[in-house]
Amino acid sequence: MTEIIFFINQVVISGLVLGCIYALGAIGITLIFGILRFAHFAHSELMTGGAFIAFLLASAFAAWGIATPIPTGFVVLPLAMVLAAILALGIDKGFYAPLRKRGAKPVTLLIASIGVTLMIQGLIRLFFGAGSYSFFENEPKEIFRIDTSAIGSTRPLVITEPQVLMIVVTLVSVIALHFFLTRSRLGKAMRAMADNADLAQVSGINTALVVRVTWVIAGALACMAGTMLALDVTLKPDLAFNIILPIFAAAIVGGLGQAYGAIAGGLLIGFAETLAVFNWTMLFRPLNAILPDWLQLPAQLALVPTEYKLTVAFVILVVTLLVRPTGIFKGASS
Amino acid sequence: MIQRSLALFGGLFVLILVIGWVMGLPFTSSRLVEAAAYALIALGLNIQWGYGGLFNFGIMGFLMLGGAAVTFISFPVNPEFWGSDGPMMLGRALFAFAVGALIVLAARQAHRIGITGKWKGALTVLAWFCAYVLYRSQLDPAAAYIESAGGGWVGGLGAHPVLGWLFGGVLAAGIAYIVGKICLGLRTDYLAIATIGISEIIRALIKNMDWLTRGTLTVSPIPWPTPLPQDYQAGGMDIAASLIAARAGYLVLALVVLAIVMWLISRAYSGPWGRMMRAIRDNHVAASSMGKNVTSRQLEIFVFGSVLMGIGGAMLVSFVQIFDPSSYQPINHTFLIWVMVIVGGAGNNWGALFGAVLLWLVWVVSEPLSKAVFDFVSYWSTNAGWGAIPEIEARSAQMRVFVLGMAITIALRFAPKGLIPEVVKREDARS
Repeated sequence: MTEIIFFINQVVISGLVLGCIYALGAIGITLIFGILRFAHFAHSELMTGGAFIAFLLASAFAAWGIATPIPTGFVVLPLAMVLAAILALGIDKGFYAPLRKRGAKPVTLLIASIGVTLMIQGLIRLFFGAGSYSFFENEPKEIFRIDTSAIGSTRPLVITEPQVLMIVVTLVSVIALHFFLTRSRLGKAMRAMADNADLAQVSGINTALVVRVTWVIAGALACMAGTMLALDVTLKPDLAFNIILPIFAAAIVGGLGQAYGAIAGGLLIGFAETLAVFNWTMLFRPLNAILPDWLQLPAQLALVPTEYKLTVAFVILVVTLLVRPTGIFKGASS
Repeated sequence: MIQRSLALFGGLFVLILVIGWVMGLPFTSSRLVEAAAYALIALGLNIQWGYGGLFNFGIMGFLMLGGAAVTFISFPVNPEFWGSDGPMMLGRALFAFAVGALIVLAARQAHRIGITGKWKGALTVLAWFCAYVLYRSQLDPAAAYIESAGGGWVGGLGAHPVLGWLFGGVLAAGIAYIVGKICLGLRTDYLAIATIGISEIIRALIKNMDWLTRGTLTVSPIPWPTPLPQDYQAGGMDIAASLIAARAGYLVLALVVLAIVMWLISRAYSGPWGRMMRAIRDNHVAASSMGKNVTSRQLEIFVFGSVLMGIGGAMLVSFVQIFDPSSYQPINHTFLIWVMVIVGGAGNNWGALFGAVLLWLVWVVSEPLSKAVFDFVSYWSTNAGWGAIPEIEARSAQMRVFVLGMAITIALRFAPKGLIPEVVKREDARS
């Protein structure tokens, strides 16, 4: 049983955590693509920026002496999400709206989003330097070790508090988003505009409002993803810049413009990455006792070496683009 | 138009003189050599994006290929490797690769023996898996052997660096052909993301294939095609003069390459080939209905652009004499080039050239400049009693990224066609 618990710790939990992060980021990218028709590269900086907003708020809370049983970074998350949504609206107003008004092509908006990425990244590095920060300097990071000796395992099941919170908030926000998109008037307007912007406009949908709501949702979710990631690992200026491509891969694999596809794609990429670098010998080691001598399992039996973990996402991305460019859930075609 | 270009280039010349006067000649001469290499790379992107409208965001990968190529060709031979079992084992890995490729190709022809639909798909996946396992089973022991006992890495061939530059171009062309075959059918933003993904894969491979490239251990010193400062010093020249003389020699060689490339692509641009490319860029449906083979023309232009990127990347690596895969970053090696072309003027070779030199100078000068600004503000705030700015050195190094982002944002807003925009000639123009 030890092997199975090890498998759960190494693959199920870490794949789920990674998948949740990718999914939260990919939802924002896919919504923006659906409504505004461009690949928003600066999403990574919305995530990092949101995490830094949450970090500043958490430090302020700690300075005022407010102590909570759950991590402070999580307590301040709603406030940080509001601020990040305002930031996202401001970025749209300042950088993308003038270009849209001029009738610029989506490609120009993509290049503009790279400019925004560089500027925000430069500002974050200017104010916070290149070092890394932790949300858990003043409080302990709780680690749950569930004793599994009852089912014959020598190892405990390990999961940290931020990881539990992350899985829970991802579930909650995904369900909330589902009800928003299918039940509310605004959500339906959003889906209509994603389907056909011109038709939505002539049928009386306030497209400017839909665009603003899209930025609010994308900014808030990006802040949530960034903060949750920073709670799980550490906060640094290139926190999300390094994972923006797997997030794009998740959005494309799921089908650009499809909110549910983004969730499926995120989990798929997350699990694929962890499964690809998992050392299968650790799971099948008991088989060595029954296997003949010439068929003993080697010490290392991973599909790809650990240093190529991130490339797994790109390979999946390229294969998806070749075999089924619309993604799993038929998204915008190439 | 001509007047404006001349004024801008004149301004650039004055800027170079000012930098030379403030920062000193040795600094400026190195930056100019790098600017020439970046100009070559920017011309490569200008061919792809300006002529062809192809969205290549994988420039970093092609620069790395060029760097790895020049290292392989021009670094001295590693006798320890050639004397060991390494070449034999690598040969077996190559053979396994060929067999794997055959298996995959055979699976792709499965419909000839009546296996179609889902079964063929499953067979293809299985074939890929078998080929991968076969290749890894031969390569892994070879890599482990070379890294531990077979001399550490493959080493170079000891040939002239200019041959290495050419090989950089050839290697980049080969990879660009494969990438183009895979990706060019995709729409613009998908193409951007796919090429970024591929350049990250190339980076991961070059960084981790220690047996071939030495990976993060880095390779140095890579020889120069022209005499090194040390050679001049051996002839009795003092250090400052030797630095300038050696860099001037390198700069002349780089400028000769740049001039040849500029002449060739300007001729191609104004000829029928260039007109066809612009027609495809502006309306590929119309162009294909006129009988142009859009897919293969785009592949052609993608390969041509990548050749220039490979050569430029090779020139950069042999100039700094060290190949360090971990120093390659998307911001410094992909986005910077894009900003150069967009700010300079996509579709105009002189625009791309101007943008490359200007942005490279801005990129290198913004660090000392922001340090000076911070020092000044810090002095002022200390006197006002608010305390000094901490960690000025580290902070001013990060300002480059911000300045780059600001440059492209301003350009997109106020000069969307670039400083020296594309000139569209029309036969019936009355202007």
